[in-house]
Amino acid sequence: MACIKVDYDKCTGLGICESLAPEFFEVSDDGNLTLLEEEAGPDALDDVREAVAGCPTEALSLKE
Amino acid sequence: MASHLVVVGASLAGLRAVEAVRKDGHDGPVTLIGAERHLPYDRPPLSKAFLEAGDEDPEHPRFREESHLAQELGVELVLGEPASGLDTAAREVHVADRRIGYDALVLATGARAKSLPGSPDLDGVHTLRTLDDAQAIRAALDAGARTVVIGAGFIGSEVASGAHKRGLEVTVLEALPTPLGRAVGEEMGAAVSQLHHRNGMDLRCGVTVSAIEGNGSVEAVVLEDGTRLPADLVVVGAGAAPTTDWLEGSGLELDDGVVCDEYLAAGPPGIYAAGDIARWRNAQFDGDLMRLEHWTSAAEQGAVAARNALDPASAKPYATVPYFWSDWYDSRIQFVGIPRGDEVRVVSGRPEDGRFVALYRRCDHLVGVLAVNRQAEVMKYRAQIKKNITWDDALKFAAQREAAAQDKAERAREGEHAAAG
Repeated sequence: MACIKVDYDKCTGLGICESLAPEFFEVSDDGNLTLLEEEAGPDALDDVREAVAGCPTEALSLKE
Repeated sequence: MASHLVVVGASLAGLRAVEAVRKDGHDGPVTLIGAERHLPYDRPPLSKAFLEAGDEDPEHPRFREESHLAQELGVELVLGEPASGLDTAAREVHVADRRIGYDALVLATGARAKSLPGSPDLDGVHTLRTLDDAQAIRAALDAGARTVVIGAGFIGSEVASGAHKRGLEVTVLEALPTPLGRAVGEEMGAAVSQLHHRNGMDLRCGVTVSAIEGNGSVEAVVLEDGTRLPADLVVVGAGAAPTTDWLEGSGLELDDGVVCDEYLAAGPPGIYAAGDIARWRNAQFDGDLMRLEHWTSAAEQGAVAARNALDPASAKPYATVPYFWSDWYDSRIQFVGIPRGDEVRVVSGRPEDGRFVALYRRCDHLVGVLAVNRQAEVMKYRAQIKKNITWDDALKFAAQREAAAQDKAERAREGEHAAAG
């Protein structure tokens, strides 16, 4: 299992993570990110890695 | 010996190119060439947070420290001098007096801000593309400049909103009757521009600038009807053009960018393009040739182009649902997909309230979605566009979203009643 971390000081709710891995990330209308699942299993890992790499504010990290 | 990857352009796409191949374990030499003297930095904040009042010395939006790039990633940095030519036969990039040989090449020289034709060389007149531009504009704002923004596109609007937030005198001039037509279509361009009016911005559309006056420094912008707007700072937001001049005569096909196939390959062996300079076939939209100036595609293309350049035999195509965002005042504008279609329909909220979702139809499919202050909605639609959803299904999806949102609002109201009672 890999553990997802969000730096909420950096996150501005741009939502790229949600479009790449919607089972893990959801943004609300006020721009707040909810982490729906903290752990990513092997099946989801590629999507989550893409979401982490795709964050423009580098607010996401993954501990594998 | 392992292949030498040369990346021309040291902004987001170039950085992601070198990072991707190192992550993959490429152990051959990597060279990153950048025209600016700065280390790779992030551009979106330059017209947003970077212009805000506050810290005397705002944080340099650099992505990585030099030691990380040079030592940890083992990248040779060639900064401060633009590439001036490409010899595809000798497989060399020309930078000043140097000839840098490559086995694999990523072209990522981005775009340059367009200036106004015939605008004089005066202090206080700027475009906004680079860190140097942003520092100069920020300094002028700090000094309380009377500001005139020419061009009501996204960059111009962000600068105007930043100046307005500081309480400065700002005027925005737009040559066309409606701003943002190319970005979101005319109807929605008008809808988004209402954000300016709602915030008390002096936005004047359909006006022509006849002169920018000054003596050493800018003093005023003069309109065709004779109106004279005193100004200490003029920011020109007239769009950007791909930086391809250095590739003239190289044999590459240049037509509003470097023309590429769906793998971002530019034609001659080993050459791929990424970011604002790449005009490639996007399989997501029937293989249409597209050139994007967006953060997300630049980052993704940089990685794909570099991997494909080093290992063309297992090259992967790059397809995407484009995404861009812009922040004005306290509003967030987001667009996914493409803004060209046969119909635009607002499916949630109202433009006059500054909160809405609009869908774009091309033939019988959903191809684009504009969301203003609807951050919870936009990415759900991006997923739908990616699935190539039909227009009818998109409208059903929208109706479900709307019903769910109203239900949620209803429950929230009931909750308030219960709490109050």
